[in-house]
Amino acid sequence: MLIAGCMVTLVGCSSGRTTANALTLSGSTSVSPFAEHLGELYQKQHAGIAINVQSLGSSAGIQAAIQGVAEIGMSSRDLKTEESAKLDQLVIARDALAVVVHPSNQVSNLTQQQVKDIFAGKIVNWREVGGDDARITLVAREAGSGTFAAFEELVLKGIPVTHAALRQGSNGAIRQVVAEDAHAIGYISLGIVDASVRALAIDSIQPTQLEVIAGHYKFVRKFLFVWTKGKPPGTLAQAFIDYVMSEDGQAEFEKLGLIRAS
Amino acid sequence: MTPRRVQSAVFVVIWLAALLTLLTLAVIIGAIIVRGLPMVSLEFLTRAPEDLGRQGGILPTIAGTVLLGVIALIIAVPVGVGAAIYLTEYTREGRLTAIIRFGTESLAGVPSIIFGLFGFIFFVTTLKMGWSILAGALTLAVMVLPTIIRTTEEAILTVPYSYRDTGYSLGATRWEMVRTTVLPTALPGIVTGIILAFGRAVSETAAVIFTAGTALNLPTSLFSPVRTMAVHFYILAVEGISLDKAYATGTVLILTILAINVVANILVRRVSRKVGR
Amino acid sequence: MKERLIQAVLFICGLFAVVALALITVFIFQAGAPLVARIGLADFLFNANWDPTAKKPSFGIFAMLVGSIWLTAGALLIGVPLGLAVTVFMTDLAPVRLVTIMRPAIQLLAGIPSVIYGFIGLTLLAPLVRRLFGGPGLSVLTGAIVLGVMILPTVISISEDSIRAVPVALRQGALALGATRWQMLSRIVLPAAKSGIVASVILGMGRALGETMAVIMMIGNSLNLPGSVLDAATTLTSNIGLEMAYASGQHREALFATGVVLFVLIMALNSITNAFVKRNRSGRRA
Repeated sequence: MLIAGCMVTLVGCSSGRTTANALTLSGSTSVSPFAEHLGELYQKQHAGIAINVQSLGSSAGIQAAIQGVAEIGMSSRDLKTEESAKLDQLVIARDALAVVVHPSNQVSNLTQQQVKDIFAGKIVNWREVGGDDARITLVAREAGSGTFAAFEELVLKGIPVTHAALRQGSNGAIRQVVAEDAHAIGYISLGIVDASVRALAIDSIQPTQLEVIAGHYKFVRKFLFVWTKGKPPGTLAQAFIDYVMSEDGQAEFEKLGLIRAS
Repeated sequence: MTPRRVQSAVFVVIWLAALLTLLTLAVIIGAIIVRGLPMVSLEFLTRAPEDLGRQGGILPTIAGTVLLGVIALIIAVPVGVGAAIYLTEYTREGRLTAIIRFGTESLAGVPSIIFGLFGFIFFVTTLKMGWSILAGALTLAVMVLPTIIRTTEEAILTVPYSYRDTGYSLGATRWEMVRTTVLPTALPGIVTGIILAFGRAVSETAAVIFTAGTALNLPTSLFSPVRTMAVHFYILAVEGISLDKAYATGTVLILTILAINVVANILVRRVSRKVGR
Repeated sequence: MKERLIQAVLFICGLFAVVALALITVFIFQAGAPLVARIGLADFLFNANWDPTAKKPSFGIFAMLVGSIWLTAGALLIGVPLGLAVTVFMTDLAPVRLVTIMRPAIQLLAGIPSVIYGFIGLTLLAPLVRRLFGGPGLSVLTGAIVLGVMILPTVISISEDSIRAVPVALRQGALALGATRWQMLSRIVLPAAKSGIVASVILGMGRALGETMAVIMMIGNSLNLPGSVLDAATTLTSNIGLEMAYASGQHREALFATGVVLFVLIMALNSITNAFVKRNRSGRRA
């Protein structure tokens, strides 16, 4: 009886999930840390408001936005045709992909061809690219992740990553593994690069915000917010989007290592 | 080698195995607590995390953990205890109980990732609950149900038959007898099961991450997404956000589990003393 | 009247577990089976090429099956001998005081969250393996050692029950014939407890096969067929855990289908254990 009662009440409220002072963003693990940061700042400025950021992956975020489970989806990959038919999208920032190694690694520059060969499994020893005589530990993202798709498209140009590569579920996890293993190489969002790893120059161009803005460093992808087509995502969502796109929001992204949307 | 020599050699190996096991436990707990405990403070427990958890405390994750666990139990305990009463007091072993037992045993063996997949596609997506306390709690409730059924059954079975006979001879109906005699006697055993089930809910990750989400805010309703301590620990550690905070969170987790085990053990000891085993 | 109502409510409670199991089966199969039907079970199981998002996607889980088998076998190789030794220690060797320490310790081992185990594997064991043996450290070996410890409580608690259930008369008889305690244990007691021990091993196998988060943290998740225990690998569970969040369309179906395979394996193991335990139980009652 008690249970039946509970069930009825629960089902009863399920329609009223989205409250006026809570916003759910869900999606890309690459975008999440940055969205969460801005969410925290926004919450500090607006008491009583909750910005919930679900770090689940681009595809999950896109699905969530389509199904209305989240007001805003976050994606670090381009929408597929069938997805963009159902969703409106907005570029909130751009992000460079950096190829990172252990700080002790002798190698500081690779050509794009070398990066391709390493991730395709053709070059397996650091000696072959001017480093120590040691087997390369490859660390990549898993299929489906926006970073994985962006890396395959921008850097590998369609050559698949070898199955021998270790796979980790997020930028942070790759950084963690590379920071621990002297012979590792991986790719992560430029905004995530810190002192525990070293970002390599590609064709002698350093992955920095300046080089990206100047158009020299080419491995750049977009971070997207998406929401159900034609339907504004609600006042709070709109207010948060406005904040993210404002000078303050964009400057904050820049401070964190991202590149402004435009 | 004489049989005696063989025996001595084998027994030495067995002693070493036992000591190795204790040592492993000590290393696991020690490795977390030694680095984590100095960073656990009242502030850590009562403040919200900042900067993705690099700063501040873990209050929302404690709230998330407790809420998920408690709500899961509110759902699972009546059902589980009811099922156990049915199995022990209301029916003879037969085809029906065999089916129920098969269901319970099988459910107990289902890996948590499967519960996660199920919870995600059933509660989160099909019933449109979203990633929420409710979806997470319902998933956990299904997961801990076998634990509750089994421990309750065992507790009820330790109640001597003479108690029941006394009840009946006083003219009690079956339910009156169960309510006034069997359940009170079995209560400590049942509570032990509930506490252990809570422990299982606290330490769960795979089933929770797909159903309750990862949001770091204090929940405001049953439909808020939450991040539990175990999930927070996982994210801090794997993403390399802050190892210090990961150790501190891990310490709180381990101490919680430790406390749960201690309480459960005290209860078990009280029960076995009463029953005189 | 009231009695009947109560009986009906309790009956419904009893059915809950069965209903839940049925729901899980239906929903997982519904989400995963269509893909298997499309590409064929044999291709799904025995193709080692997992490229779910390629232009021409390929959904073969053979590498993960092999990874799961390696890891589970490794965990059993470590967990079963250790677990049985600890069990015999507790039933026959340990002073009573020590048993009162061992039992809660084993319980605690069972209660420690799997993410903590994974973390220990990631931060303590993997670097050690890397330094001692080379390779990435995140490997089958690292995973197997930690999983071996994780299944200890399962192995111990069930085999302990069955060893304690061996009639004292059997023990006394053996000793009276002049056997040493070890001879009595190895030739009389352990064989008599065999079905319970086998059940404990199968349950441990299920636990190892189903573990997810700890495995993701420890075994590197590479899609290669492991050539040695020092190589990284992926398991059925870790691949679901790793990719689920990102998957859509066919890719997601393929992950649910992986779940179906896992579920079927686990249910098969459950049924075997149930058969063993039942035999054990009825033996004890007689």
